Amino acid sequence: MARVGVFVCFCGANIGDFVDVPAVVEEAKKIKEVKYAIDYKYVCSDPGQQMIRDAIVQQRLTSVVVAACSPRMHEKTFRKALSDAGMNPYLLEVANIREHSSWVHQKNKKAATGKSSDLIRMAVAKSIANEQLHEISVPVTKRALVIGGGIAGIQAALDIADARIPVVLVEKSPSIGGKMAQLDETFPTLDCSQCILTPKMVDVASHPFIELLPYSEVIELDGYVGNYKAKIKRKASYVNFDTCTGCGACWLKCPVKVPNEFNMGIDKRKAIYSPFPQAVPNKPVIDAEHCTMLIKGKCGICAKVCEKGSIDYTMQDEIVEREIGAVVVATGYDLWDPKPYEEYGVGRFKDIINSLEFERMVSANGPTGGVPVRPSDGKVPKNVVFIQCVGSRDEAKGIEYCSKICCMYTAKHTLLLHHKVQDSHAYVFYMDIRAAGKGYEEFVKRAQVETGATYLRGRASKIYKKGDKLMVQGEDAQIGQVVEVEADLVVLATAIYPYKDNPDLARLLGISYDKYGFLSEAHPKLRPVETAKAGIFLAGCTQAPKDIPDSVAQASATAAKVCGLFAGDTMKKDPMIAHVNNEFCTGCQNCVNVCPYQAIVTEEIPLGYGFKELRTVAKINEGVCQGCGSCVAICRSMAIDLAGFTDMQIINEIVAI
Amino acid sequence: METEVIEKIVSIEKPHLEAPPDWQPVIMGILCNWCSYAGSDLTGTSRIQYPPNIRIIRIPCSSRVDPWFIIKSLQTTADGVLVSGCHPGDCHYISGNYYARRRFLVTKKLLNFVGYHEDRVQFSWVSAAEGQKFANVVAKVTEDIKKLGPLRLYKKENS
Ligand SMILES: Cc1cc2nc3c(=O)[nH]c(=O)nc-3n(C[C@H](O)[C@H](O)[C@H](O)COP(=O)(O)OP(=O)(O)OC[C@H]3O[C@@H](n4cnc5c(N)ncnc54)[C@H](O)[C@@H]3O)c2cc1C
Ligand code: SF4
Ligand code: SF4
Repeated sequence: MARVGVFVCFCGANIGDFVDVPAVVEEAKKIKEVKYAIDYKYVCSDPGQQMIRDAIVQQRLTSVVVAACSPRMHEKTFRKALSDAGMNPYLLEVANIREHSSWVHQKNKKAATGKSSDLIRMAVAKSIANEQLHEISVPVTKRALVIGGGIAGIQAALDIADARIPVVLVEKSPSIGGKMAQLDETFPTLDCSQCILTPKMVDVASHPFIELLPYSEVIELDGYVGNYKAKIKRKASYVNFDTCTGCGACWLKCPVKVPNEFNMGIDKRKAIYSPFPQAVPNKPVIDAEHCTMLIKGKCGICAKVCEKGSIDYTMQDEIVEREIGAVVVATGYDLWDPKPYEEYGVGRFKDIINSLEFERMVSANGPTGGVPVRPSDGKVPKNVVFIQCVGSRDEAKGIEYCSKICCMYTAKHTLLLHHKVQDSHAYVFYMDIRAAGKGYEEFVKRAQVETGATYLRGRASKIYKKGDKLMVQGEDAQIGQVVEVEADLVVLATAIYPYKDNPDLARLLGISYDKYGFLSEAHPKLRPVETAKAGIFLAGCTQAPKDIPDSVAQASATAAKVCGLFAGDTMKKDPMIAHVNNEFCTGCQNCVNVCPYQAIVTEEIPLGYGFKELRTVAKINEGVCQGCGSCVAICRSMAIDLAGFTDMQIINEIVAI
Repeated sequence: METEVIEKIVSIEKPHLEAPPDWQPVIMGILCNWCSYAGSDLTGTSRIQYPPNIRIIRIPCSSRVDPWFIIKSLQTTADGVLVSGCHPGDCHYISGNYYARRRFLVTKKLLNFVGYHEDRVQFSWVSAAEGQKFANVVAKVTEDIKKLGPLRLYKKENS
């Protein structure tokens, strides 16, 4: 026979003023199974918890109901009180008589009192069906997978590896570094991007705890938190990295020229190439799409000039597998394609470039030797028009959000232009200047003062050609007039946008993404680096547009999460998960299809005792199940139940009042 | 409850069921933990007032709702049922609320077929941030159920 103890909290005046607590206690005492009911000022306080502990022992309680604030508030506290008294913590139920009664029916004490009694009846009825549950402990593989080797991925990998946890860093391009490697100087301090980045890249390559897999992509992820298995495709590089010294003889001699992605197509690279001089690893790969040896079997020069014999035209893609416990996704961003801005003549006018092209031009190691030039005639521009918010904050043609960093880098670009071309003048079309951040507003001011750039508030509405110049038309909202600026070069600050294949990656990993393709965090404020899938974390621009400081901060935060996850040899997991009763399971596998986490597999068991014949039944992987209950409701044989929210518990609640 | 119920199980709408003067409907609210239950907590924390007829049951996800729960509620204790989950796309369990939604529509059809008025059971999306919306939903459902009258037979005042 059940012996339930009921503890009703006044919560000071919070419940006490609006609910007749003593009456509720009397009402509770009338329930057959209730052996003990009492009220107290603050049940969550130490003496309150002591009361529970004493009653458990003295009254030999079989379950406990606390009628107080929401279980989302203090369920943990009271469960702990139960454990401390030697009772299974899952024999607790909380009746939420504060958020669901006293606070929402403050003008009707009678109704609030009656409702509170009902809520207690329901909790008592449920608790009678509660079972003892035990936290599940799952072993963890202490190795992290970091996807994407931009600054965010690099920082996360280094931080995790510094904690002596092995890291596998997968980068799809031939070198790590990401977009930061393409930048010249960086706001708000104007440090040279390469100078602060390359030491970190070298650290990655030489770190004993980091395995770097460049030119690779994750193609499959199985398992669950602490116990994932990743399949990684190592794309054929046709170069044996073990023997290659990176001397460069091959790419000097290669006769095939291809637009250079790293330099935004401004110059050419070879078919065998290393993306940039500081690349890590500094080994070339052969671009199979353009290599004539691979396409037609003609050439083979690189193999001839390579003294180490490192070229291997027969190399194949290779699939490797790694067991890992956690994943950090840091796949960064791409620039939005401004095609919808037809009125700008994008694609028609050569002297319109995007911000990364400008960044490459002004980089000392860039394709134009550090000076901006007009793509049409190679001349150094004097009047440069920068247009901000191209795509950003434009519901009609682009996207709704603010890309966050364009105001800053445009201010930087005016400075860089001023430094490189002394007699130049910059015009900036902007909507607002958003410079929130340490030293940011000051930086924008500095740029404006130093360069004397003309800031025009408003969207540029049209660009047309006049002779060899571009005419940029727009409204200057400050003077309320249409203005026209003659430009030698136009730079578009196009929106920060996720990579096209980000949603594919998200689906493969089983995490969610927003309508643009940015990966979604578990909670926008309180869990900003976790995804809703346990053990998968985010860092950098793959989650939302960010600058370098924010990307790095998020990467370090992610690393702390990963290290926390790996702090013990096993992980504790909530026992409120689903279980299949083999006796009832017909093997229909409806549950298999409905589980959002692919937690359900099938197994073969004997048809019955002593039988050799087998039948198929469903089996739930404890480590993977998150306890949503989808499978329970779909199962027609009622073969599945969800611990903590069993059919019995819920039906008891329903019929209790 | 104030008035004594003499016939607990009335499986379909019966026009002769007259509401006693002080009759108040009972509404079973089945809310998912991550969005709607959290939203209803926020209604409380914000001290937004709503009619006291709802009794809330917490479940992990709206996909946990077995039609059985709804039917059992109507058969035994409730005059109406409100099921509430996360907004489409926001499900804590990725896709659970889509299953819930589909199952709910079928359940509703069944109940309709059996003879229950379709407003007896209602579904809503309430996020953890929508305290005011939760109060509005409860007020509306309560109003709807009051109009429909009781599902049970009550002892007459003078009998
Ligand atoms: C024009 C311009 C100027 C800027 N100037 C500044 C500045 O001055 N100061 C500042 O703080 N910030 C600046 N930024 C912002 C800065 O570039 C970003 O904050 C930073 O690069 C974000 O780093 P990340 O690692 O998140 O992404 P990324 O740098 O984009 O790195 C992502 C990496 O992941 C790899 N990857 C992508 N998909 C996959 C996949 N599926 N599998 C494996 N690998 C993958 C990519 O190849 C890449 O190496 C500027 C941005 C622009 C556009
Ligand atoms: S839905 Fe039920 S009967 Fe069908 S396989 Fe799953 S557990 Fe077995
Ligand atoms: S409870 Fe949810 S997560 Fe667990 S096995 Fe069932 S459907 Fe999958």
